[in-house]
Amino acid sequence: MTLKAQSSQKTENLASIIDETFIDNALIENTVIVNTAIESTAQSSQPLSYRHAFMLVLKRDLTIAMRHKDDIINPLLFFVIVVTLFPLGIGPEAQTLSRIAPGIIWVAALLATLLSLDRLFKSDHLDGSLEQMLLSPHPIFVLVLAKIFAHWLITGLPLLLIAPLLAVLLHLDEHSYTALLLTLLLGTPVLSLLGAVGVALTVGIKKGGVLLSLLVLPLYIPVLIFATSAIDTAALGLPYSGQLAIIAALFFGSLTLAPFAVGAALKVSTN
Amino acid sequence: MWKWLHPYANPEVSYHFTNKLLPWLSALAAIFLSIGLVWALLFAPADYQQGHSFRIFYIHVPAASLSMGIYFAMAVAAFSSLVWQLKLADASAAAMAPVGASFTAIALITGAAWGKPMWGTWWIWDARLTSELILLFLYLGVIALHNAFEDKNLAGKAAGILTLVGVINIPIIKYSVDWWNTLHQGSTVSKLGKPSMSLDMLWPFIFCFIGFSLLVGVIICLRFRNEILARNSIRPWVRELVKNN
Repeated sequence: MTLKAQSSQKTENLASIIDETFIDNALIENTVIVNTAIESTAQSSQPLSYRHAFMLVLKRDLTIAMRHKDDIINPLLFFVIVVTLFPLGIGPEAQTLSRIAPGIIWVAALLATLLSLDRLFKSDHLDGSLEQMLLSPHPIFVLVLAKIFAHWLITGLPLLLIAPLLAVLLHLDEHSYTALLLTLLLGTPVLSLLGAVGVALTVGIKKGGVLLSLLVLPLYIPVLIFATSAIDTAALGLPYSGQLAIIAALFFGSLTLAPFAVGAALKVSTN
Repeated sequence: MWKWLHPYANPEVSYHFTNKLLPWLSALAAIFLSIGLVWALLFAPADYQQGHSFRIFYIHVPAASLSMGIYFAMAVAAFSSLVWQLKLADASAAAMAPVGASFTAIALITGAAWGKPMWGTWWIWDARLTSELILLFLYLGVIALHNAFEDKNLAGKAAGILTLVGVINIPIIKYSVDWWNTLHQGSTVSKLGKPSMSLDMLWPFIFCFIGFSLLVGVIICLRFRNEILARNSIRPWVRELVKNN
């Protein structure tokens, strides 16, 4: 019981620190996790199931994101603006544009993901809820995976939805639309997963933003290569399942390995 | 083996061990490099196709393979530091990173210098050059992360995780870049059974390779020694050492 009292006091302290908008649901969700965690250790009752913990973190992150719509919209706007800059810089010839469209869309997607990565752990680190999460008895793997999935839903999915529009602007070949969407569907989760490792490493550093791009962008190269090649192959009317299979392999590889690295990195960053 | 190795986890013991190692390594490096370089640059026969410009390979190839090798050595150090919590392994990884980055840069520059007469241009987006460039970025990332932390222990751990992530990605990046584009001539030395290099070219190459590896050993030992001193500057034995000098 003392533990419980302590934890509620802690959250009260937190509440006074955090920006007003955070306090309501988001914090309550957080408190629920921490409280249930402490109850389960204190009274050795049934611990929270993995699925339950995953859903709680996911719901909490999505709620926070919905309260800060800028975080969703700004990277998306960046994506659109970067793509519109290219025809202005290169010239409006449809043939040139359709030749370089896959590369432009994918590079812009990489950069947009990079911009949005910072919010994955930063605010949680600042308000202390990240440490609470690491202290909870649930495996970090599950919690981290939930956070990354929420990040993908907030940033990767909108990219996927708006990409066809940009493809029209860049005169992408008609045959490549499916390929573009499929590569984005399989590739953007890889970007979120690998990016999470970089953010977890730099979250404790004050000026981590530039450093983050230096750490993460080289790791994105294989995804970029295979995704653009799949789209190019599709434009020629050839089968591109090979490239898709490799991106899927990258996805599953990073899905199984990246959360471990993120967990280790978060432990280092929060010291 | 553990019994034999574990005294070296003590900074003082390793410091004196590197001190003993250094003169031998430097002498051997000087001998091998002077023989190898003189032989390679003056006496080895010129290539019938590439003329004298192929001689840059006596520097380029060792630098390129050492740049990869040092990254793997860093990964081994990072792994042992994460698993067995060896602080000295962090120090050695910190000592290796800038050396590896410089050798990657040397490989890139000599590659470009060779490309100018051969391809008629300084840079071609060829698979090996590109993956070497990406390797340089990975090195710079590790070094930048190292410098970003105030606390050296944290810096070592964070850079270690990044090194391990990088070492898993290096083969993936390498093969994706290879697949993306291959223009480079086939590899000539790695076929151990029957090298496609003639013997009077191979011998100076072997000398150069061993010489450069020893040189890397010397530089890393020097840097490792400094890392140990910097990290243990408050210990009594370091103070003794400084007073006595």
